[in-house]
Amino acid sequence: MTGEAPSRPFRPDPAAIVLVAIAVALNVLASVWMSQRVHDWLPVQASSAAPYVDNLFALEAGIGTFIFLGCACVMGWTILFNRAPKYDMDDGAPIEGNLRLEIVWTLVPLVIVMAIAVHAIQVNQVLATLDGKVRVSSGSEALAVAGSAAGEEPVGPIQVIGRQWSWEFIYPEGVHSTELHLPVDRRARLELISMDVLHGFYVPAFRLKQDLVPGSVIAYALTPTREGRYRLRDSMFSGGYFAANQTDVVVESDDAYRAWLKDALRRPLVPAANPATELWRLRRERGDRGWATVPPAPPPLVHVDADPNAPHDA
Amino acid sequence: MSPTIPFDPRVLRAPHPVPGAPDNWRRFFSFNTDAKVIGIQYIAVSLFFLLVGGLLAMIMRGELLTPPADLVDPTVYNGLYTMHGTVMLFLFLFPVLNGFNNLLIPPMIGAPDMAFPRLNAAAFWLFPVFGVILMLSFLVPGGPSGSGWWAYPPVSTQNPLGHFINGQFLWILAVALSGVSSIMGAVNFCTTIIRMRAPGMGWFRMPIFCWTALAAQAIQLCGLPVLTAGAVMLLFDLSFGTSFFRPEGGGDPMLYQHFFWFYSHPAVYVMVLPIFGVFSEVFPVYARKPLFGYHVVAIASFAITFLSLIVWVHHMFYSGTPQWMRNVFMVTTMLIAVPTGIKVFAWLGTLWRGKLRLTTPMLFCLGGLFNFIFAGITGIMLATVPVDIHVGNTYFVVGHFHTVIFSTITYGVFAAIYHWFPKFTGRMTYEGLGQLHFVLTFLGSQLNFLPMHWAGLMGMPRRVASYDPEFAGANVLASLGAFLLGVATLPFLINIVSSWARGAKAPANPWQAIGLEWLLPSPPPAENFGEHVPVVIAGPYGYGLGRDLVEDQESVVQRSLQEA
Ligand code: HEM
Ligand SMILES: [Cu+2]
Ligand SMILES: [Cu+2]
Repeated sequence: MTGEAPSRPFRPDPAAIVLVAIAVALNVLASVWMSQRVHDWLPVQASSAAPYVDNLFALEAGIGTFIFLGCACVMGWTILFNRAPKYDMDDGAPIEGNLRLEIVWTLVPLVIVMAIAVHAIQVNQVLATLDGKVRVSSGSEALAVAGSAAGEEPVGPIQVIGRQWSWEFIYPEGVHSTELHLPVDRRARLELISMDVLHGFYVPAFRLKQDLVPGSVIAYALTPTREGRYRLRDSMFSGGYFAANQTDVVVESDDAYRAWLKDALRRPLVPAANPATELWRLRRERGDRGWATVPPAPPPLVHVDADPNAPHDA
Repeated sequence: MSPTIPFDPRVLRAPHPVPGAPDNWRRFFSFNTDAKVIGIQYIAVSLFFLLVGGLLAMIMRGELLTPPADLVDPTVYNGLYTMHGTVMLFLFLFPVLNGFNNLLIPPMIGAPDMAFPRLNAAAFWLFPVFGVILMLSFLVPGGPSGSGWWAYPPVSTQNPLGHFINGQFLWILAVALSGVSSIMGAVNFCTTIIRMRAPGMGWFRMPIFCWTALAAQAIQLCGLPVLTAGAVMLLFDLSFGTSFFRPEGGGDPMLYQHFFWFYSHPAVYVMVLPIFGVFSEVFPVYARKPLFGYHVVAIASFAITFLSLIVWVHHMFYSGTPQWMRNVFMVTTMLIAVPTGIKVFAWLGTLWRGKLRLTTPMLFCLGGLFNFIFAGITGIMLATVPVDIHVGNTYFVVGHFHTVIFSTITYGVFAAIYHWFPKFTGRMTYEGLGQLHFVLTFLGSQLNFLPMHWAGLMGMPRRVASYDPEFAGANVLASLGAFLLGVATLPFLINIVSSWARGAKAPANPWQAIGLEWLLPSPPPAENFGEHVPVVIAGPYGYGLGRDLVEDQESVVQRSLQEA
């Protein structure tokens, strides 16, 4: 940047050009490296949505690194080389602005963010066919909506019921459980239902999250793509023992899934061992100290209870 | 550029009940109508609440040091995090920024006081009232509100004990009163800026701080009525059995979310815009250069105001929002990056080829800018629907907004305190302690907020009192950072208190800054320029341009020396 007289024609200094070119090249390398690193900071990919989310995030991490480092270099340069020596009371170069530069740094970010937005809308469209979700007012309407989706025979609909503070899953086959079992590589349809307050159905390994809204049944669909045991966490604050409202999703082969259903039906219905109920009991035993909360809802009656000690993959 | 509005001589001269400034400390405890007294009242009380909110955060970080909920009961944790957020937003940030509005706007535009001094004092005195109401909620049976600063129903209307006076009730009351106080303030600030500028100060000769203050207060006027309406409906659902948001009675909990975020998204810009103003004032002074692209920076403030009113649904991407609406609000949210980027690049342009003096205020602004660039980038990630579906409502969001609210906005607050302290107290602060404060704060905030992003990407939900062991590493780092931030406030407090008590006497213009406030003695007399309002003949930030800011500048400077 020439500065003294903005009217003077721009005459680049070769040394400066080389320096800037090297800096930009290094910055590009760092940004590419960063966009590859993001997979280390994310859980395993266990649903068909996960690669899309991760790739979008990697793209943004790359662009973001480039911008961040670029700005940080300018700041670092000025701090190192444009410092006033002690007792130097002079002013800096009296540059009031540069119209061309200002137009560039308005248009370039505009183009970048709009490109990201267009790309993200396309991803949204893909994910919508993968994981459509429609708000409905009744359960039967939810079935109609979810059933109309094309493709091979989907699993479900499995009712996902959120309570303060437990999860319950009811399969069309009649199985009740507190652990969500899904066959791998098959589209699963869910109906998200809340019995009291807002909850969030969040499986980090799936990269998917959807709130359960009291007063509506939300039809939801997803396709697990990797066998394993993953955490399902309540992501929308739901009061007192919110943090304890977690369970597991078990993704298994089609055969294992069918066998699990069959075995489950042979078992009796028993009250689930509920972490929130246990915490509540302890609190009462210790003199009910703490601030006000509604008591936990009675634990659901289930054929299969979740195993709190089973190690999870993500 | 022609002066728009001639200086209005009908400025109110409300009597000051406790005269005798600057030595009469009692005026700070009275219904004083002097904007400079009110400004300091706001700042002092809000700094007290910064300590309260910080203390709550320390207890929370103590709880989160280990995976199980072992330090406090989970219900207590919920109350702590709710009160932490509420105190920090409504009892620290909004009031402290109103304090700066009071201190800075009149002298910067050459006005003797605010347009409505009594309204101004009334707005301030509401602040201790709702502060005490909120603090009292710690003492009512059942404890304070534990439904988060969003207070989403149905959790917020469950009222487990069934008492009429409960923590949530007091919370809503306090927030509504805070809204009333903010509206009173906003009317005052807008009127003052529009009507009371010195002769010759056209819009494009106004300092950027006043531009950003006006842009922010315009948001308050548009948005606060909506929040207040939402709060009143919530109060009725909670206390009088209505069902605005209750599905059993035909209401919809999603409706509340729209009311809440229609204001509360713009609210974050109410907080950050004045800090953009502080950056725009401070960088030119310590880089000894004019603000790069002044006109565009000024206009970008109002672009932000406008856009901030049409992005609120990005807080509701995963709550059942239809796809088309997600796409629309993703695009509007991304657009905010453009005017914001303009400002960031303008500050970088201001630094470029300057003569940087790394004083404490400059360090806080440089650090704040550095952090803000990072937070802007994570903001774009959050605006991207598929990414937000994963990281929304996790610690990634907590990391994002603390990087803005603490590591940018609060840095800006510190910068402003150090920069204008000599002007309004007449005392210099200790540079060494200031720099120590900066170094500890910078290290503490990186250690506290960076690991949160990582925990969020791995899937740790926000607002939890306990968590799975795989998140322990990130949380230990964050807790250490938080404790370091606690330590960092010590040099700050020592500096402020002892400088005010016995710091060196400040000259009128210790930083060789250009601006009307620096033409006044330190501290300025009660009515600033009084009868002798200077005529502005140039735009602000004329560093190195060898021009005067006001007509007959020499005699204005002489007068300030005599008065001192
Ligand atoms: C380029 C600029 C920015 C963008 C694109 C952006 C975007 C977002 C988005 C999409 C969210 C919602 C995340 C979620 O809840 O899932 C969010 C949260 C938030 N942002 Fe930003 N942001 C930006 C700058 C700012 C600024 C300047 C502030 C503050 C002054 C701010 C403060 C917040 C706060 C407080 C929240 C969280 C509120 C809460 O959930 O409690 N952000 N941001
Ligand atoms: Cu906080
Ligand atoms: Cu927002």
